[in-house]
Amino acid sequence: MALKSTPVLFGLLTRLSRRTFSTSKALASKPVTVRDALNQALDEEMARDETVFLLGEEVAQYDGAYKVSRGLWKKYGDKRVIDTPITEAGFAGIAVGAAFAGLRPVCEFMTFNFSMQAIDHVINSAAKTFYMSAGAVPVPVVFRGPNGAAAGVAAQHSQCFGAWYSHCPGLKVLMPYSSEDAKGLLKAAIRDPDPVVFLEDEILYGVPFAMSDEALADDFVLPIGKAKVERAGQHVTLVCAGKATDTALQAANQLAGEGIECEVINLRSLRPLDFDTIAQSVAKTHHLVTVEQGWPQSGIGAEICARVMESPAFFELDAPAWRVSGADVPMPYARSLETLALPRPPDVAAAVRAVLANRGECFMHTPCLGEGTVVMWDSLPEWEHTH
Amino acid sequence: MALRAGVTFVKLNSLRQATRLLSTHTRPDVCQNGGTSEFPGAKAPYVNEIKFLNENSYDPIPIYRVMDSNGRIIDSREEPNIDKESLINMYRNMIQLNQMDKILYESQRQGRISFYMTNYGEEGIHMGSAAALSPRDLVFAQYREVGVLLHRGITVSELVNQCYGNCEDPGKGRQMPVHYGSKQHNIVTISSPLATQLPQAVGAAYALKRMPNNDRCVICYFGEGAASEGDAHAAFNFAATLDCPIILMCRNNGYAISTPSSEQYRGDGIAARGPAFGLHTIRVDGTDTLAVYRAVASARDLAVSNKPVLIEAMSYRVGHHSTSDDSSAYRSVEEIQKWAKDESPVQKLRLYLEGKGYWDAEAETQCVKEARDTVVRAMQDAEKKKLPHWKEMLEDVYYDMPPKLQKQMKQMEKHLEKYQEHYPLNKYLNE
Repeated sequence: MALKSTPVLFGLLTRLSRRTFSTSKALASKPVTVRDALNQALDEEMARDETVFLLGEEVAQYDGAYKVSRGLWKKYGDKRVIDTPITEAGFAGIAVGAAFAGLRPVCEFMTFNFSMQAIDHVINSAAKTFYMSAGAVPVPVVFRGPNGAAAGVAAQHSQCFGAWYSHCPGLKVLMPYSSEDAKGLLKAAIRDPDPVVFLEDEILYGVPFAMSDEALADDFVLPIGKAKVERAGQHVTLVCAGKATDTALQAANQLAGEGIECEVINLRSLRPLDFDTIAQSVAKTHHLVTVEQGWPQSGIGAEICARVMESPAFFELDAPAWRVSGADVPMPYARSLETLALPRPPDVAAAVRAVLANRGECFMHTPCLGEGTVVMWDSLPEWEHTH
Repeated sequence: MALRAGVTFVKLNSLRQATRLLSTHTRPDVCQNGGTSEFPGAKAPYVNEIKFLNENSYDPIPIYRVMDSNGRIIDSREEPNIDKESLINMYRNMIQLNQMDKILYESQRQGRISFYMTNYGEEGIHMGSAAALSPRDLVFAQYREVGVLLHRGITVSELVNQCYGNCEDPGKGRQMPVHYGSKQHNIVTISSPLATQLPQAVGAAYALKRMPNNDRCVICYFGEGAASEGDAHAAFNFAATLDCPIILMCRNNGYAISTPSSEQYRGDGIAARGPAFGLHTIRVDGTDTLAVYRAVASARDLAVSNKPVLIEAMSYRVGHHSTSDDSSAYRSVEEIQKWAKDESPVQKLRLYLEGKGYWDAEAETQCVKEARDTVVRAMQDAEKKKLPHWKEMLEDVYYDMPPKLQKQMKQMEKHLEKYQEHYPLNKYLNE
């Protein structure tokens, strides 16, 4: 709410997109940014179904704070692309009510950080009404927007809501990584009869990913609840989603040079969670590391570890599973601290080495020693960063 | 932006006019010194004198009524044209509501149900508004609007089954008592968190507006306490800016649980906010069923032409807030008695009907007895009915049951097969 100065964010975005991103299919047909893929998905679904409409702050004439809805207002008009007053609880409630009455609203939060002002509508109303009405009132709404850490926007604008929303029965929670994910999953979300929370990433918006002809076609829809193996490997399983997939893939590249082959699983869907794919991979690699940008406690990694514990996959493990997560602090503003508060490829690589060496009990990482520093300590157990 | 500024200008002008019409606005002495400002946010005259406005700058918004306390029509031109049968039906439903409240309240006290909320004192708002609407209009209720449900044709039996959460509860035993809902009757399932129904109602109204040749509107009920929630303000603003076919119906019953309206807000109640948000607004005597009927019927005409309306119906919550409340802790018996007797909406409508020769003491006795018997019978039946099938617990979380829940259901099935003698399965519905 406080920070809605798009030009500032855009500057940061441009600066950040200069960082390198690895894409798994460098040879595939056509590079499309995640932003354009999302735009395509919205456009195609609005053309396909008259009941689909978009609402949020500045989504219409201004094309959206991050330009995801570019051109849609011109094409579909005021009736289907609605600029709302600045009240998250208001327009989230409007979206839920419109879904009650038979429309398919796509509700954009300028960032998911502001969705907390409307969380009652998302959880108490959207997620529960189908159940509370005994199946009489479905709520086919999509809440979407950038989630998690952006760059240089500090504690109140850099928070991952993956764990928050995936905690709640009644919601489906998707977290796309690539352009293909973004398009196929958003289309699936809009068509889904249940409420979907769709967690995008601000930094990934401007990143181009190769998209196949199949993914570019207007009937391309991905199944909800299916993970994607981004990279096959036999030594360790890395489970991640969204922007963390990029971190994991970079770490996997780095480790490949050391002869360690990582299997990288991009979850795509946090709820329902595709545990079968994880279990199959663990049965092959016998080692598990989870990577996420959110905080460690009660996070996605925690959930995956718990599910492993409760399943036969536990007996496949040769070493304890490890979580690499965001630091357990509100996001600091200073760039040096911000970098350290998020998982980086070297953190993932270090965790993988530790897990493969089965010396997790002494693996520690401190954010105090400067960039790129990963230390193995035997003491200072009060540090809780990457486990 | 130019377009938007134009719209704002039109709205502000109509708002100003509405304010003038609704209240006898005592205007500050405006010293014109050169036309009107061109600010995008306000087209207003300049003055060169500091003058703050406060609640005393305006006369209180008047309260519209048709009958006096004795059920006599004050101005015959205002008497609504409702046929005899409909009037008697409205009154019978009031009696039915009173009897249901009395018996279900007691049944909570006896531990038969976990919770209940009575509707005493607000029967006039329920019947007056429900009768003025089309049955196709969509209702978003707060929780104290059972009269509207009865008027729509939901039976006492259905309501009692909901409170008992048995196998015939249309809500499958999912919600706490009094959280009714019926798609067939265009009543959206009640949701507990206060005022969330308001923006949702506006969203539903927007959906109706988008339908070709729409002739339906949404009515959203809320209390004066709920009007303090942020959601209420958001809803007022969105109803106005989206030009939605909605009637925002505030039941100002004087108390939000124990908080009196004098502590709930400053200024002239909820109605005073209406013109400020650009809503057509009226204040009405909620104990006068005919006045509520007239107000809602006129509001409906505006609403279906996409002019959102705010109604503040003044009343008094005669009962406790809920079974979790004892209102004697914060208000006097004398105060309650005044509203329960002299200003009772039920009594006023009865006196009106008697004056017309539609009702008498004998009909009253008969009606009360029938109403009571209906509730007692419904309760006895409800207690005998089985509970919903245990599998219902896992249904409707998602449109299609996810594999994880399917798995749990199968596990439970196997478990019950093996250990059925340890569970009271005969109390639950079989497949």
